[in-house]
Amino acid sequence: MTAVEAAQRRFERVNEIIEKHGRSQSSLVPILQDVQAEYRYLPEEILTYVATAMGLSVATVYGVATFYAQFSLEPKGKYVVRVCDGTACHVRQSMPVYEAVRSKLELADGKFTTPDLMFTVETVSCLGACGLAPVMTINDEVHGKMTPEAACIIIDTLLEREGQI
Amino acid sequence: MAITSREELNACADQFRKELASKKKRVLVCAGTGCLANGSAKVLQEFERLSVDAVGVTKSGCHGFCEAGPLVRIEPDHILYVHVKPEDVEEIVEKTLKLGEPVERLLYHHPVTGKAYLGEGDIPFYKSQTRVALANCGAIDPDDIREYIALGGYKALARAVVDLTPEEIIEEILESGLRGRGGGGFPTGRKWMFAQTAEGSEKYIVCNGDEGDPGAFMDRSVMEGDPHRVIEGLAIAARAIGASHGYVYVRAEYPLAVARLQNAVKQARELGLLGEGIFGTEFAFDVTIKEGAGAFVCGEETALLASIEGKRGMPRPRPPFPAHEGLYGKPTVINNVETLATVPPIMLHGPSWFRSIGGETSPGTKTFAITGQVANTGLIEVPMGATLREVVFDIGGGVRTGRAFKAAQIGGPSGGCLPAELLDTPLEYDALAKVGAMVGSGGLVIMDEGTCMVEVARFFMKFTQHESCGKCVPCREGTKRMLEILEKIVAGRATMEDLDNLEEIAWVVKESSLCGLGKTAPNPVLTTLRYFRDEYVAHIVDKECPAGVCVAFKHYSIDPELCKGCGKCKRSCPAGAISGEVKNPHVIDVDKCIKCGACAGNCPFGAISLR
Repeated sequence: MTAVEAAQRRFERVNEIIEKHGRSQSSLVPILQDVQAEYRYLPEEILTYVATAMGLSVATVYGVATFYAQFSLEPKGKYVVRVCDGTACHVRQSMPVYEAVRSKLELADGKFTTPDLMFTVETVSCLGACGLAPVMTINDEVHGKMTPEAACIIIDTLLEREGQI
Repeated sequence: MAITSREELNACADQFRKELASKKKRVLVCAGTGCLANGSAKVLQEFERLSVDAVGVTKSGCHGFCEAGPLVRIEPDHILYVHVKPEDVEEIVEKTLKLGEPVERLLYHHPVTGKAYLGEGDIPFYKSQTRVALANCGAIDPDDIREYIALGGYKALARAVVDLTPEEIIEEILESGLRGRGGGGFPTGRKWMFAQTAEGSEKYIVCNGDEGDPGAFMDRSVMEGDPHRVIEGLAIAARAIGASHGYVYVRAEYPLAVARLQNAVKQARELGLLGEGIFGTEFAFDVTIKEGAGAFVCGEETALLASIEGKRGMPRPRPPFPAHEGLYGKPTVINNVETLATVPPIMLHGPSWFRSIGGETSPGTKTFAITGQVANTGLIEVPMGATLREVVFDIGGGVRTGRAFKAAQIGGPSGGCLPAELLDTPLEYDALAKVGAMVGSGGLVIMDEGTCMVEVARFFMKFTQHESCGKCVPCREGTKRMLEILEKIVAGRATMEDLDNLEEIAWVVKESSLCGLGKTAPNPVLTTLRYFRDEYVAHIVDKECPAGVCVAFKHYSIDPELCKGCGKCKRSCPAGAISGEVKNPHVIDVDKCIKCGACAGNCPFGAISLR
């Protein structure tokens, strides 16, 4: 497959997403959500492509993509670990859980994704599962009543599944 | 099949009720986000595998008692089992389903008295509650419209569409005294009236499900546990203001709520309860579920509308209010999830029934998400005006850590921290505003003596600073400067002048910000300054954190009893702060120590601690 063909195939999927939602501006957020679900982030050339296809300025699309916390302009890991740091989780010691996961995955200061793009570790303001505080989610799976040790065991299981242990 | 008249709805309700009654027993396994995380899906599977004929097994929405999940309810025996694991299911089937006997060990036991309670009617957590908005949560399968209809669902809509004019609907809501449950407490009926009388043929109704307050999850539970109630409330509001299209805007962090609402809309369309000619009348209404993308400010109504339109979710000055110029410039009403879920019961039982619950100026009930250092965390609903003490101690079971109660944080980052002296404050709009807090969405986080109130203020300011959209200067700059001062205080570098500045900036931000986010962002700071000022002073003047939380005031020390004198700590210390002879206990020089923690991490005997 040549580079041009590869690029065409890439945009073909984007075209399908745009067709599904329609080209009015109110569809922009759902379109970006679907694009991100497909690529795990919003690649710059796709943002430009979406803008052109929808008849919007690149600045408008970029503005929306950078406004919402859900969107990432950098590639995310296969497993997105989100440690809740909402009030309820915070007073039940969520930060030690977050720090434990970060040090388990050897993330340097200012880095949130492992170099092999396997894990992204983030905090989130509230997942609404406060009854189980502190809470951690991995992709869409919710883990409640976390401790630093329990969180590391879960990460170990994933590392094992990926053949990294 | 489609329902085209009220008579057909009643006939369907009778039929669905009979179907439900044909099962001798019903097993309801909680499938809210909390219980699912605790493994309730496997419990449900196990019931489906082992259950006997004549027993209906379904999932249900949140029962509220998240602390004790996974929860399983058996009807009509009114039995509630707590902490149920898949391996417990066989015993429940054998004993309870076949013989009608409770399984004693799975009942809720009082943590102090050890007394066992059979069902929700008896357990203290439920006993003091009055459930209106949450009435169906935990009692029905949220994915099955037939169960909702069997319990009287969509009857209120039928009445609103067939019997009443829009003016009459608004009159009833005004009479009921219902106020917005999303925070502000604006009278719902007046909001509807403004939109109803506004010029324009096209109008919109929007349900605000962007529940972003950390520590609040009542809207999530209603959307997940009783989605049809939200749709019905939305349709009644649409009929009242003359809207033909509605939106439910749900936070991106709530995927289960999105899925359940989408399914509810699909089912309602199939039965003709949404679409053209509802109940055989001219009334047409349909709903779109909109997923947010993670921006707290979108809970503000004008920002939410911008977000639906596909723009950056930034607020704009009001007036014009959305009731006149809202979504796409058309008259729009934005109501919170709980407000809309309260509308159908008002339409069914009447305004005077609603007024008989709660207080004079705040009638009805309010849900609260009670979390933090409290024994029973979960979702509760009490009459407006119940006191903080009743909620924390009678329902919440008091502080779980054994330490003393210190503060209740109510209303999230827009609310305030109330001290023990204010435990008798009634939980209603006006009384809370008087003490500097607000009902907000109803998040109630309980804090014990081990919580530093300055750190809590910093935590909230970090949140609002991060979520400030940056459009207006007071909020953008003010929250940043306030955060910097709070960080200085917890780091032990602040002066009393900083404290004065903090207070002054707080008032400026509160008075001059564009939207609700900025106007309320200083509340946690202002209330902690008001009720816990001595803690701020202790950090600044005495250089200590009374709760023992802030790292800046802690010191590493070596326990001479545990230290074996191996010297590992001395070698790992980058500041040369540790001294001592081999095989003798070492000591840390607190003046040289930079608190990096390397020594504690390297000590093989766990002799080094931070206190």
